Amino acid sequence: MIELLDINRIFQVGDQQVHALKDINLTIQNGEYLSIMGPSGSGKSTLLNIIGMLDQPDSGTYHLEGKEVTHLSDNEKSIIRSSQIGFIFQFFHLLPRLTAAENIALPMMLAGISPSERQKRTNKILALLDLTERAHHKPEQLSGGQRQRVAIGRATIMQPKVLLADEPTGNLDRHAGHEVIKILEQLNQQDITLIVVTHDPELGERAHRKIKFVDGAITIDTGTQS
Amino acid sequence: MSISDLLRFSFAAIIRHRLRTALVLIAIAIGVASIIILTGLGEGARRFVLGEFSSLGTNLLIVLPGKSETGGAMSVFSGATTRDLTLQDASSLKRHPQVRRIAPIVFGAAEASWQQRSREAPIIGSSSEMLSIRHWSLAQGRFLPPGELTQASAVCVIGKKIAEELFAQTNPVGKNLRIGDRRFRVIGVLASSGRTIDLDVQNIIIIPAVSAQNLFNTPALFRILVETRTRDSQEKVKKFIINTMKSRHQGEEDITIISQDALLGTFDKILTALTLTISGIAAISLTVAGILIMNIMLITVSQRTTEIGLLKALGASRYQIQIIFMTDAVLLAIAGATLGLFLGQGGNLFIHQLFPALDNSAPTWSVVSAFLVAICTGLIFGAMPARRAANLNPVQALVHH
Repeated sequence: MIELLDINRIFQVGDQQVHALKDINLTIQNGEYLSIMGPSGSGKSTLLNIIGMLDQPDSGTYHLEGKEVTHLSDNEKSIIRSSQIGFIFQFFHLLPRLTAAENIALPMMLAGISPSERQKRTNKILALLDLTERAHHKPEQLSGGQRQRVAIGRATIMQPKVLLADEPTGNLDRHAGHEVIKILEQLNQQDITLIVVTHDPELGERAHRKIKFVDGAITIDTGTQS
Repeated sequence: MSISDLLRFSFAAIIRHRLRTALVLIAIAIGVASIIILTGLGEGARRFVLGEFSSLGTNLLIVLPGKSETGGAMSVFSGATTRDLTLQDASSLKRHPQVRRIAPIVFGAAEASWQQRSREAPIIGSSSEMLSIRHWSLAQGRFLPPGELTQASAVCVIGKKIAEELFAQTNPVGKNLRIGDRRFRVIGVLASSGRTIDLDVQNIIIIPAVSAQNLFNTPALFRILVETRTRDSQEKVKKFIINTMKSRHQGEEDITIISQDALLGTFDKILTALTLTISGIAAISLTVAGILIMNIMLITVSQRTTEIGLLKALGASRYQIQIIFMTDAVLLAIAGATLGLFLGQGGNLFIHQLFPALDNSAPTWSVVSAFLVAICTGLIFGAMPARRAANLNPVQALVHH
């Protein structure tokens, strides 16, 4: 469960202060499927980064699974990011020098999991994502859809509770985008919390709970539809 | 992250950036190679000089006739000889317990001939202990027989070149060599090369001291070599020699004593300092290489900004990022140092080919320290870029794309 209480985030841009997040209060239950929509600069990516603990709020508290995580040390945060949170980016962010399989295994390598265990889990995920034949290809030899599938594999390999996707289809054609969404939704059905930030209304509408963001504040929250 | 993962990860990154890798490798390699080559040259010079000196003998005091007024080796030759040194003088020096060996030297030149061949050769009159004092060895036969210094006998030991020139293929041992107007039976051939009293050992003929005195018709000794048992006893023996000579020469101090070891020690110190200095200068080039490492690592950090952000998002801690970039720097340093090691040793071999007399192999301490300094350079100059990488804001790093 994610609980955000009075979260504020202010950026200094030149001599101007930009209030990216204004008193955000948001509770997300485990297994929810949530979309965050809004115009550029409305603060939706900032919110995602705070949930993913890549960014630090200026005020407010953040509880993850009932635990206060706002003031954890860098090391403790990295452990939580590693084990509980998966990121999916618009630009995939695969390492070009590593193969698809190595990219997927990267979080396990950082976590110090043994090579044999890594191999086992990577093979399983590759098969699940229909990438087995592409395992030893470098990202540049893969299509956009395949790259994003590799990125999904990488995000889920540590079996996180939360998947954070920032414009996951933003760089894909319709067909590939649809495929990616289907995979993400399947993961959500396995009880992973899925939070998608998007511009795309069609994608946003698919989520069970829809949040609209304007000027750093939540304007619409449909709540959980059962 | 395990060490093997870390190495593989860094290695892939290093391989990918060939140009920067090549630049850093060359810079470090040149630094390491120059340390190895320069210390090799310095050590070579030191070994050469020390070798020349120690071929003259160790723990050696050289007694010369005549008192040098100003001191120092050169003025000896200009000092007026008041009294000759005699074989009896030499024998009397043997009495001190710290004197191990004594060799008088009578010096002259004479015509040496065998059958039709003849040549002019330097003749040294000495005793059986000359062999040990000078660290010579024999190729054939034996050296002058031991016995009283005052005992004459018509035998000689010849240098290698004399043997070749006068006897060619014939075995000289047992042949009668004519020296001046006398005959001497050849009993041995010297194996040693090198120099003694500025003569090529291969070109000399050695006969008993008394025989030489008779041959040249003089009672005077050219000098007396005194070998002491230890280096520490040299001062005592020096005093003993002066006192003995004074009492034998009617209270006049008319001899000069040169200590070989004092001279040797000074040269050793000077040349070691010189080697250290030039290797220090060479080490500066490693610092330059270090700055290049830092530069290139900083460029790398900015090139890999996105990757750093990603690694953080995937659960890498600040510490891990720092370790990853340090590994990069240290791997580069090790590879560069290894390359430099081969370059340096190769360079030393090449110089040795050009100047075979110079044993310019680099001393172990310089090879080891060049290697360590290179790795430390990688650590020190890699630290700042690594810290910068670790402190990157992951959010900005990810949108950097």
